[in-house]
Amino acid sequence: MNWWHRLLRRKTMEDQLEKELRFHLEQHTAQLIANGLDPAEARRRARLGLGGPEQVKEECRDARGTRWLEDFWQDLRYAMRTMRKQAGFAAMAVLTLALGIGATTAMFTVINGVLLRPLPYPDPNRLVAVHGHTDTWNAEVYGEQNLSYLDFLDFQRLSRSLDLAGFSFNPTTVSDPGEPEYVDRREISSNLFSVLGIPLLQGRSFLPEEDQPGATPVVILSYSYWQRRFAGDGKTIGKSLVMDQHRYTIVGIAPAGFRTLGEEGDVFTPIGQNTQTYMRVRRSHPVLVEARLRPASTLAQVRAELELIGLHLAEQYRDTNAGRSFVVDPLRPNVRSVRSTLWLLLGAVSLVLLIACANLASLLLARAISRGRELGMRVALGASRGRLVRQCLTESAVLGLAGGVLGILLAAIAFRPFVAFWPGALPRAEEVHLDWRVLVFGLAVSFLCGFLFGLAPAIRAPFRNVDAILRSGSRTVVGGSRQLHRGFVISEIAIAIVLLVAAGMLGRTLLRLTALDTGIDMHNVFAARMALSPSVLEKPEQIRAAWKEVLDRGRSVPGVRAIAMVDTVPMREGNNQIGYWPSADVPPEDKQPLALAASVSPDYLRVMGIALRSGRFFDDHDRQGSAPVIVIDEVLAQEAFGRQDVVGKKLWIESLVGGFPNAGAAPSSSFEIVGVVGHVRQWGLAGDDQARVRAQFYYPFAQLPDGFTRRWSELMSIVVRTDVEPSSVESSLHRELRGSTGDQVIYEVHTMENLVQDSLAPQRFLLLLFGIFAGLALLLASIGIYGVLAYLTNQRVPEIGVRVAMGASRHQVMWLVLRHSLGMVLLGVGVGSVAALAAARVLQRTVEGVQFAPLSAFAVTIPVLVFAALLASFLPALRASRIDPVTALRQE
Amino acid sequence: MTTKSDLPQGTLDLLILKVVALGPVHGYAIAQRLEQVSQHVVQVPQGSLYPALHRLENRGILAAEWEETDTGREAKFYRLTKKGRAQLETEAADWQRLTEAIGLILKISNGDAP
Repeated sequence: MNWWHRLLRRKTMEDQLEKELRFHLEQHTAQLIANGLDPAEARRRARLGLGGPEQVKEECRDARGTRWLEDFWQDLRYAMRTMRKQAGFAAMAVLTLALGIGATTAMFTVINGVLLRPLPYPDPNRLVAVHGHTDTWNAEVYGEQNLSYLDFLDFQRLSRSLDLAGFSFNPTTVSDPGEPEYVDRREISSNLFSVLGIPLLQGRSFLPEEDQPGATPVVILSYSYWQRRFAGDGKTIGKSLVMDQHRYTIVGIAPAGFRTLGEEGDVFTPIGQNTQTYMRVRRSHPVLVEARLRPASTLAQVRAELELIGLHLAEQYRDTNAGRSFVVDPLRPNVRSVRSTLWLLLGAVSLVLLIACANLASLLLARAISRGRELGMRVALGASRGRLVRQCLTESAVLGLAGGVLGILLAAIAFRPFVAFWPGALPRAEEVHLDWRVLVFGLAVSFLCGFLFGLAPAIRAPFRNVDAILRSGSRTVVGGSRQLHRGFVISEIAIAIVLLVAAGMLGRTLLRLTALDTGIDMHNVFAARMALSPSVLEKPEQIRAAWKEVLDRGRSVPGVRAIAMVDTVPMREGNNQIGYWPSADVPPEDKQPLALAASVSPDYLRVMGIALRSGRFFDDHDRQGSAPVIVIDEVLAQEAFGRQDVVGKKLWIESLVGGFPNAGAAPSSSFEIVGVVGHVRQWGLAGDDQARVRAQFYYPFAQLPDGFTRRWSELMSIVVRTDVEPSSVESSLHRELRGSTGDQVIYEVHTMENLVQDSLAPQRFLLLLFGIFAGLALLLASIGIYGVLAYLTNQRVPEIGVRVAMGASRHQVMWLVLRHSLGMVLLGVGVGSVAALAAARVLQRTVEGVQFAPLSAFAVTIPVLVFAALLASFLPALRASRIDPVTALRQE
Repeated sequence: MTTKSDLPQGTLDLLILKVVALGPVHGYAIAQRLEQVSQHVVQVPQGSLYPALHRLENRGILAAEWEETDTGREAKFYRLTKKGRAQLETEAADWQRLTEAIGLILKISNGDAP
């Protein structure tokens, strides 16, 4: 029989114990009677011999070794009984807790999915990423450096410790079947799926011989593209797609949720079939490399090996690889953008939970003290201190667990809207769901809470001076607990202040940012990415002609006032940071200051409504062969020259001339400044002031060297100013820009107004959440203050009765209670303000656009809190003032 | 009746095991047997007999079953388990060694070399 059985069969065991002892007594009595004693005396002797039957039973129960469990069981039933008796209290406690734990667990569910879960590949610990590294490369600005395709092939061939797979982005247009459509194409090495350990859903992966120049065109579809374009048709394998004027046979379908760099993409083609120049030189680095450690090789070995191969390459290809080394890191999801925000939110929501705990602790404490006599009685009857503490903790653990279970259920519902409302796309959102880690977290939090708010009553459980407690009414022992109660109220207020100030700062930030000038006239302007027909991409003249036609045709669409092209649309993802120098003695690249470069057509300034400060913007005379010109913004003018009248001066911008292959021999890298324009908030309303690189310059697309035109065209967008509602022009513009082959597409259409709104979405989202948290905190703290004051005032009824009897007026009595409350509130505000200063720093560091200005936030929020606190204390104060001295004194 | 001695610490278990080793027996009989065999020298504290029995049962040294006595009443009969038999042997041997050692020490008269 194990302990579990024993616990379940407790009743049987008790019966048997009783029976066994009775048998003993009867035998002994019978024996004694046989020895000649009279029956009464015999019974007495027998009982004496055994000792007190209850005591023996108690010792036997102890001997069973399941004592703690039985006690626990008893405590549990006791706790349930008390909760049933005080259903209102229990319901409120459980609900408060459920809210706190639910919100915390929901936050943790998101953190677990986004930050903690390993990548969804088999054996993810053996996967690594390989990056290039040069001393002049600033990874914080540009992100990690990728590899050139040729370097990648060499690593793949030479490495003994790694299986390397690579992929690169090469979006294109699918022109058949169906309407021409832009697709997010990823070119992958044939082994990508096998290296990651992901089997295809249907069909097969690419063969090594297909991963070669000139091999038969084959394509693998992503699951979502297959669903979208082929409606998940089971007979898709063997059909074909037309991209870049080639017909690709579909050989496989990737499983649902297969992602490279966090996105599903649309189609995959073999990387070896791309024969464009940038794939055949070591100078450009388009390939992202993910690799799996071979069995028995370690990260240290891999690093050593890659270093060796890197040195070897640097020696062999001095002009491209000198100074280039290779870095191997464990493969991790890229979630840097949201990490601090998520932890910040978890911190905020834990504060709400802490207030809830403090509330419950003070309620339980009040209850425990009113039960002082009962507990004192139990101590007098022999209950040990540990036993009482355990009972108190069991009660609060039951509350905690009930709240926790409800909270986890709440979290299971709440995390979905949270993920859905996340501004932009939450990385790894697909990984966010309940799992065992979330359950363990939720349960651990609820037990911890139960322990936290059970501790105070447990410690306060009477164990000394029991006689004093029993002799007196419960009222006289309150003194010590008053300090604890005050402590709870003060900490609740302090925490509420932190959340209120944070919300206040965010609100102020949002107000300030919304009022900022973007530098653009956003009304009736929209931006869209555009892909030219693949048929024109081969020749630079054709590309230029195609763009000219796009602009001409676009201009003719009714409702369009002006149309222009630009590679980097302000406030949208994507930018081009380029080094410049104001004189001919240009230092090495890493010493040059950076500016944001935008390649535009002449009407850009008109479309965007950017202010021209001096000089001119581009016109049709700025083209191939004419003097290279740029227009800079006022920030760049200030940074480069320290003044604004700089028209006619020159800037040296080397990477705009020689950075790319086939750029041709540019005679000079100097550009004449022909105009100065107003600053545009490229990084959005929130980010721009703090951005490292703010200076901007514009250069004409028409003057772009031949070698750039194709790559630039692939990144190009159009911006359109309309006379009417932008959406009404969209479809006719769409039709008009199809091109002669009918396969030109525009996609990702956004109005500039939306882009500006979206650039504030993170701040708005955080303000909403912090507003909710702060509101909850305020509510909980008010309830807490009310509860504690009501309780303490109630304890002071006789005292107040005496005061009234001695002639205190109602106002004096009210003031007595309010003063008490005000004391706690002010102390809480003091402590909270210090903590809020620290929180404000954290917020400033975590959230873009927040300025460290807590004073104004204090000025707004502290009166709100003090008012709420006084409101909460008013009712107890009023009740105190109505105390009738006669009844009060009789009560004692 | 001679003077009665209290049991040395820890010996009650050993005595119980020894008595139970003779065959299944109920609690009252164990108490009786212990007093008789020790010729009433050993005072068996009946109050601690039952907790000891329950503890030994709990540790798997004794097993118990409800059976009828000769007089047709139901009683809880204890018997040794396999583990209990081993326990008895080691404890008995330990006790033997201890008493011998104590006997030797007591034999030393003042000034004698051991």
